[in-house]
Amino acid sequence: MVAYFTEIFSGLWSLIVGLSITFKEFFSPTVTVQYPYETLKMPDNFRGHIQLIANEEGTSNCIVCMMCQRACPSGCISVAGKKEEGQKKKTLTTYMLDFTRCSLCGSCVESCNFNAIEYSDEYRLASTKKEDFIIDLLKRLEEKKS
Amino acid sequence: MELSLLNILIGVIAAIAFAAVNAAYLVWAERRGAARIQRRPGPNINGPFGLLQPPLDGIKLMCKQLIIPGGADKALFIAAPVLAMAPAIVSFVTIPFSEKIVAHNLNVGVLAIFAFASMGGISLLFAGWSSRNKYAVMSSVRAVSQAIAYEIPMLITVITVVMITNSMDLMKIVQQQAGGLLHWNIIPLAGDAPNILMPFSFLIFFICSLAETNRAPFDLGEAESELVAGFHTEYGSMGFGLFFMGEYANIVIGACLTTILFLGGWYAPIPFLDFIPGVIWFLLKIYLLIATFIWIRWTFPRTTIYGLLNLSWKILIPLSMFNLLLTAGLLKVF
Repeated sequence: MVAYFTEIFSGLWSLIVGLSITFKEFFSPTVTVQYPYETLKMPDNFRGHIQLIANEEGTSNCIVCMMCQRACPSGCISVAGKKEEGQKKKTLTTYMLDFTRCSLCGSCVESCNFNAIEYSDEYRLASTKKEDFIIDLLKRLEEKKS
Repeated sequence: MELSLLNILIGVIAAIAFAAVNAAYLVWAERRGAARIQRRPGPNINGPFGLLQPPLDGIKLMCKQLIIPGGADKALFIAAPVLAMAPAIVSFVTIPFSEKIVAHNLNVGVLAIFAFASMGGISLLFAGWSSRNKYAVMSSVRAVSQAIAYEIPMLITVITVVMITNSMDLMKIVQQQAGGLLHWNIIPLAGDAPNILMPFSFLIFFICSLAETNRAPFDLGEAESELVAGFHTEYGSMGFGLFFMGEYANIVIGACLTTILFLGGWYAPIPFLDFIPGVIWFLLKIYLLIATFIWIRWTFPRTTIYGLLNLSWKILIPLSMFNLLLTAGLLKVF
């Protein structure tokens, strides 16, 4: 008989505890981000597809050493460059990334000795066309500059 | 008041409008409340604070086709959603919102409302059985056992109140509670029968009205995780819409009844606050109760069917019986 009543009262008490928790949550601020209207800043460690790093003049640091192209296990990267008149180093003319095959392993970033490529924070990559994933990184860099 | 055709028409239209507006905007309140408890904003795109969401949902539901599954019992299938909504609307006719605002006062108001409320269970049974769907049948079996289990303690509690008042007239039940908080049936220390167990009666009635409206934590009839959507699995379009609105209209009825039977209807808690119109007190009380309904729904997980039946047969019925006897004894003594 005592057990019967203690069960009722302990049950009631647990209900009140539960209600008090949701009551507190009701008055605490919302934490969701309203995605299309608000976006979160990506953390520094986020691995998006690679992008070229701009130097002070806004051009690329790349000297077309081809290390990244060689390091890529999937053959996503194709780099080309030429030696301009009166310049010591080669300058970059095309840097194409085929993101359809990229597995974001990061070998290219690791292999680069000239601080020329980094991970971007791009995560909105949905598309219906395959061509959208073959990315011209040099064009991207110029667009970013302007 | 003369019962002319115009009066009836106005009363019915007002009742339907009140029920429909409440049903629509309680859905909004529920979604906003649930969102706040889960720390998200809830519907906020359509109109300010998402206030246009309910009419848009209604338009969407009305534009959809009502599909009747092959092999379903057509007549019952169509009748069920109407049966879910109609009793709720009819019940509004006899509920007194204040001393003057009542569509038609019956001297057996309590009885009438409970007679209509019991049709809600029938509509669930019809919906589940006529759908020709195993989940729906399971759901209606549960709904019926739940309705039987919870109508008993609810009615015993109502008998307790009716015994104190000596009337089944909702007006008289409220008028008997005039004179402030201590005269209300929830703590009737200054009333005719100073029964200190009345708060428990109130709790029992409240729990039963939660169960009668098939809401969480007693939404065994719907039980999304087990029975798809329960009795309304096969319903689309406004058929589903009517079930949905019926649920909310029933919540309002439950809150109105709780207010009338236990919380002093349209009277202010302290007599000198009586200058505020009664209808405001009444609406304040019912919306406070409805907020509690919503709060409870988003706090507790669903009980099991055994837990549900045990709660009723082992706890609520004996306690309400005991309180009935105690009240009878106190009425005899005082």
